Amino acid sequence: MSAALQNLVNQPYKHGFVTDIETEAVPKGLSEDVIRMISNKKEEPEWLLEFRLEAYRHWLTMEEPAWANVAHPTIDFQDIIYFAQPKPKKQLSSLDEVDPELRRTFDKLGVPLHEQKLMTGVAVDVIFDSVSVTTTYKAKLAEIGIIFCSFSEAVHEHPELVKQYLGSVVPSGDNFYAALNSAVFTDGSFCFIPKGIKCPMDLSTYFRINTEGSGQFERTLIIAEESSSVCYLEGCTAPQFDTNQLHAAVVELIALDNADIKYSTVQNWYAGDENGVGGIYNFVTKRGLCKGVNSKISWTQVETGSAITWKYPSCILLGDNSIGEFYSVALTNHLQQADTGTKMIHLGRNTRSKIISKGISAGRSSNSYRGLVKVSSRAAGARNYSQCDSMLIGGRCEASTFPTIDVQNTSATIEHEASTSKIGEDQMFFFAQRGIDSEEAISMIINGFCKDVFVHLPMEFAVEATKLLGLKLEGSVG
Amino acid sequence: MIKQDSKVLLEVKNLHASVGGVEILKGVDLTVRAGEVHAIMGINGSGKSTFSKVLAGHPDYTVTGGSANFEGKELFVLEPEERARAGLFLAFQYPVEIPGVSNSALLRLAYNTLQNERGLEELDPLEFDDLIQEKIKIVEMDGSFLDRSVNEGFSGGEKKRNEILQMAVLEPKLAILDETDSGLDIDALRIVSKGVNSLLSQDNAVVMVTHYQRLLNYIVPDYVHVMDGGRIVRTGNKELALELEARGYDWLRVEA
Repeated sequence: MSAALQNLVNQPYKHGFVTDIETEAVPKGLSEDVIRMISNKKEEPEWLLEFRLEAYRHWLTMEEPAWANVAHPTIDFQDIIYFAQPKPKKQLSSLDEVDPELRRTFDKLGVPLHEQKLMTGVAVDVIFDSVSVTTTYKAKLAEIGIIFCSFSEAVHEHPELVKQYLGSVVPSGDNFYAALNSAVFTDGSFCFIPKGIKCPMDLSTYFRINTEGSGQFERTLIIAEESSSVCYLEGCTAPQFDTNQLHAAVVELIALDNADIKYSTVQNWYAGDENGVGGIYNFVTKRGLCKGVNSKISWTQVETGSAITWKYPSCILLGDNSIGEFYSVALTNHLQQADTGTKMIHLGRNTRSKIISKGISAGRSSNSYRGLVKVSSRAAGARNYSQCDSMLIGGRCEASTFPTIDVQNTSATIEHEASTSKIGEDQMFFFAQRGIDSEEAISMIINGFCKDVFVHLPMEFAVEATKLLGLKLEGSVG
Repeated sequence: MIKQDSKVLLEVKNLHASVGGVEILKGVDLTVRAGEVHAIMGINGSGKSTFSKVLAGHPDYTVTGGSANFEGKELFVLEPEERARAGLFLAFQYPVEIPGVSNSALLRLAYNTLQNERGLEELDPLEFDDLIQEKIKIVEMDGSFLDRSVNEGFSGGEKKRNEILQMAVLEPKLAILDETDSGLDIDALRIVSKGVNSLLSQDNAVVMVTHYQRLLNYIVPDYVHVMDGGRIVRTGNKELALELEARGYDWLRVEA
């Protein structure tokens, strides 16, 4: 890579600031006592404490998985702060009561917390470290029966719903990190769309990790009852620290008969510096259950940050005629590693799934697509279409594809397409020779490569994603 | 058409350049005036293609001596994109494929970048479509070319016609055609040549780099230069090309 191009790559991370708010953290490390302390601080009911302890005991028996195509130093789980919340904690009745320092943080992040929200029509639930600061629009949504609140609040206000659905898609012992999350999760978002209601606005959460050395273990639970629909947006950033931070979230989606859930993520966690120091380890379990007939769950993700991304937003297509979709752009630069993809599990008849994955690798990064398409013996007429495209930028990065197809029913139709392309100095010289500078050239190439995914993003996310990818890749060619 | 009093577009003096530490150009002199057509001929490895890439600013090549002046500006202090915006165009010997970027999007961005440079209005997609529909006639291309990714899945001839389409849209002062005739069948050669001829005027100039006299039957040069060992060793008129066709290059090499 030439020097000029190197310089362009080294775009500083824009969201790398620490908000100086006093935080109240429990001591580092994990034990039953720490879990009891978390549960106690959150004034949780007994059944939830039991859920946590059971998960913790199961976790103790589990091995950290090693099959992903990523490498990192051993994580010391006793060196993590499992609970941190801004202090002082008090009931907030309006945004004006939010700590001004916190407000400035959100302003820097561009989170639309006040007036402009009304115009954008986005309801935001902000998770700052582990505590949900405020949920906007709640009252308005409540009028039509939609519950959109922090997870803790849901535990107190709607315990029957939480109890019914928590762990029903991702059981507490599902995998190492899901078990860890189930034991120590501190907050998250809860969303319930009642029967027949189309949520009139996009619902949005904004996650941010602030305390150095803290893990973020949030829990998201979205339930769409019969014939309801919702579009949910998740944005993520983290400040810049030299240490690695662990983010192990669990997201569960449940769609009943004829329900439709669209879940979009633009992820820009701090990725570490150009030498791979610091950055987030993003080990997340996201899974949706198309429980009812004709239900639909659609995942759209743009992954640009994290030192390591390791996640597979998946769909279990249980209801007949249900539909699962996965649209993904994963970009890695410098020494970032990503092992991401999806699982489409066809259980019901005439279930359909579609996978569009676009991986972009630059610098010395490694980017893997890993996918599973499974058709069970009773899933007659199941269909899947998968397309996995990789783009290599420069000569020192790596792209891998690990597709697995397991079909037990002969009436299924499965299609898989894959391609690899490379953008190098010759292409960039061509653009330059036509008078186009490298920034615009990259943006044009990336937009072209990713357009099949971008069209599925909500408008404001699509604009942000385009800018973000351009910024992340500036000058990485050559 | 040679007019001694017309404006000098490009003046190259004693140009030396190397790639990977190996000197390829060893003192090239060339003057191109507005309204002129030049042909640079020579065997493989004589430095013809290097010369065109050095002028356009390819990052692999290092200028180690000499100068080049383009319309009164020192060429080698300009970035490649600045040279392009100043009106220097290179039709590539091997046009690259740009997956996912449509031909029309590329052309519009390039065109509007130039319009900005010249202080003129940018064209929106509809206005640009009117312009491009006229331009594609020059290279006898089908409108469907515009929606396809740049050069992706194009035949060799289609790629070269696409280069000339870009030239037609950007209307450069000086176009360097680097072996544009290689890999063309006779029909494509005719179309490409007709396209280039229709773009020639008293205000611009063309430098063709080629192995073969064949192209020069279609685009008639005012000057023919023979390059050998990184230098121009002989300059003549179109008769020189015919002589080369008949006798080969060896007699010149001995002489040089």
